[in-house]
Amino acid sequence: MNLDEAKKGQLIKVTRIKDDLTRMQAIRLGIAEGSVVTCREIVPAGPVVVARNKQEIAIGRSLARTISVEPY
Amino acid sequence: MESASRVEAIPPGGRKIVLAGNPNVGKSVIFNNLTGLYMDVSNYPGTTLNMACGRYNGDVVIDTPGVYGVSSLSEEEKITRDIILAADVLVNVVNAVHLAQDLFLTLQIIDMGIPMVLALNMTDEAAREGLEINALLLENLLGVPVVSMAAESGSGMDELKRKIDLAKPGQSAPGLQERINQVSPPAGRREALLVLEGDQEVSRRFGLEPGTDREAIYKGRRERVNNLVALVVKESRKGESFTSRLGRWMLLPATGFPLLAFTLWAVYELVGVFFAQYIVDNTESFMTGYYEPALRSLINGVFPPGTVVSTILTGQYGVLTLTVTYLIGILLPLVLGIFLVLSILEDSGYLPRIATLVDRTLIGAGLNGQAVIPMILGFGCVTMACISTRVLGSDRERRIAIFLLALGVPCSAQMAIIIAVLSGQGAFYMVLYVMIMLSVLLCTGALLGRFLPGETSPLLIELPPLRLPRPRNFLVKTWSRSYQFIKEAFPIFAGGTLFLSILEVTGLLRGLRNALQPVTVSWLHLPQEVADIFVMGLIRKEFGAAAILNLQMLPLQNFIVLLTLSLTVPCIASTMVIFKERGLREGLAVWLAVFCLAILIGGMITRLLEYMFSAGFHQTPVLLTLVVFVTVFLWVLTMLSRPRRAS
Repeated sequence: MNLDEAKKGQLIKVTRIKDDLTRMQAIRLGIAEGSVVTCREIVPAGPVVVARNKQEIAIGRSLARTISVEPY
Repeated sequence: MESASRVEAIPPGGRKIVLAGNPNVGKSVIFNNLTGLYMDVSNYPGTTLNMACGRYNGDVVIDTPGVYGVSSLSEEEKITRDIILAADVLVNVVNAVHLAQDLFLTLQIIDMGIPMVLALNMTDEAAREGLEINALLLENLLGVPVVSMAAESGSGMDELKRKIDLAKPGQSAPGLQERINQVSPPAGRREALLVLEGDQEVSRRFGLEPGTDREAIYKGRRERVNNLVALVVKESRKGESFTSRLGRWMLLPATGFPLLAFTLWAVYELVGVFFAQYIVDNTESFMTGYYEPALRSLINGVFPPGTVVSTILTGQYGVLTLTVTYLIGILLPLVLGIFLVLSILEDSGYLPRIATLVDRTLIGAGLNGQAVIPMILGFGCVTMACISTRVLGSDRERRIAIFLLALGVPCSAQMAIIIAVLSGQGAFYMVLYVMIMLSVLLCTGALLGRFLPGETSPLLIELPPLRLPRPRNFLVKTWSRSYQFIKEAFPIFAGGTLFLSILEVTGLLRGLRNALQPVTVSWLHLPQEVADIFVMGLIRKEFGAAAILNLQMLPLQNFIVLLTLSLTVPCIASTMVIFKERGLREGLAVWLAVFCLAILIGGMITRLLEYMFSAGFHQTPVLLTLVVFVTVFLWVLTMLSRPRRAS
């Protein structure tokens, strides 16, 4: 499944980030393929907010659609 | 607006001490503390656009824009990369609350082999969040000195100063050295790492092929960071604090939009009511009641009224009367108010959350939510906002954002005058103004988003923890920005009034008024003296707008002048920045398009309102009609863009 289908509060494992540039930026921010994150919030029709420890990152809906995740 | 950005020569025997770190980790506070210079400190990316230099003992300290890693992903990163490459000592500032994010840059710099001290900042915040960090263990694992500190309260500064002399290269990733040796020489050790990581610019400098190992190196580094964090950070308490709950409310439309509306209302009460009415009434009446008469009688003692010199100094556009009254009596209090609000917003961490909240709305305009930050900054200073569009992901977005800034975002000085004039005319014109400006922004954005080629880059933004802004921090920032503003504006104002006085004395002003009559009188239905305002407005728009207070016009005419002026490019400085950011040809195109649109929209609104008033429409129906117009327009546009999205 893709990140935009995750549910609020769900623990998910990132399996694949399609776009090269995004993958690099995400690794720097702390999320690599294989990372486990919490889906903290879903803005209706808007960005998905994921959290690792105390850190939160907002990911635009169209980008979230290209990130594959699985429930953890 | 740049404060302490100047280049210092390095004294003999001095070192280059470079401060580097992620955005909003407190680099600027440490910079201020070391050098005694003032720098903007903000809780969002993109504040430090140019490097700032200062002296500390015999060394030079350089502050860098906040980045998450060193490479050439953005303009900011390229600037930062080159400063880091040239560093003698690097002070890496990290936020103890999210080490997992910040240590990525740390390890990259360690892999480059640069002597480093790690400033583990915001340990007070980490403690509040229930995080325990073993600094000693971190020091051993990284192989560089680590200083625990809370820079905003000054704790740890002395230890940092001592440990700067103990800086040393740390433990680089195992196995990396051999690979670095393959490209170094010709590249130096530091550059060699970037070549391996596929940095195209750096590779070109040495005539090398960019490496293909970036992904593997990044992944390995990420793993190393995660292992480090697992070893040194202990989380003693879980659960949600009030601020993190508030932070989430800000993101969700149901609570976020009311919170945003409440914030905007509070801003209006503070700036539009308290500063624009209460304070300005007092300062303005002081200037016109005491300062101007006193000055006039003084000057007229030497130069009798009616002579050329006295007209230039104290006449209608007197260099000594009008300039000083506008700047000190009207603009200064208003600009103080607006920068106060902006500084508090920046420090609080609210802006990235607004970006997330409105992301969906802005996608329609071909932008992502991040563009809301330059837009909001634009209400402070359009010039600064145009520069900060550099944080946007693609060229297309920067183009759209700059066009919208030039057209539809009035800067603090303009807003000051707009609020001052319109608040005297009742709520109707205020609401009408806001609605028309928003409509113009939305419609132009939608048009550009629809017709400019290219894709909108998606939002990917860090949400920093919400903080209660520290009064000392935001007051200093407010004052420093307002002071900068007045300092910059004074010569331009004085030059502008001098220019106009000369035009008036020589009779050229009358000629210009006649020449512009087709636009001012026939098209916009305004008195021909308005030409002065437009001429002044080319130099600095608020300066033109301020002159409205001098003309006796109908409320509708005042409104049209303000609207048309708001829609043109704010000032010479912002025009120059637009040219610089977009190149001469595109800059000129933007400027002309904005100017023509402004006049066109001004005339259309004049006719629409005149027609409605003469047909006996009341105020509410006028506003409703406008809403219907815009909704229909946007709806047609979405219909138009639908088939394109499907393909």
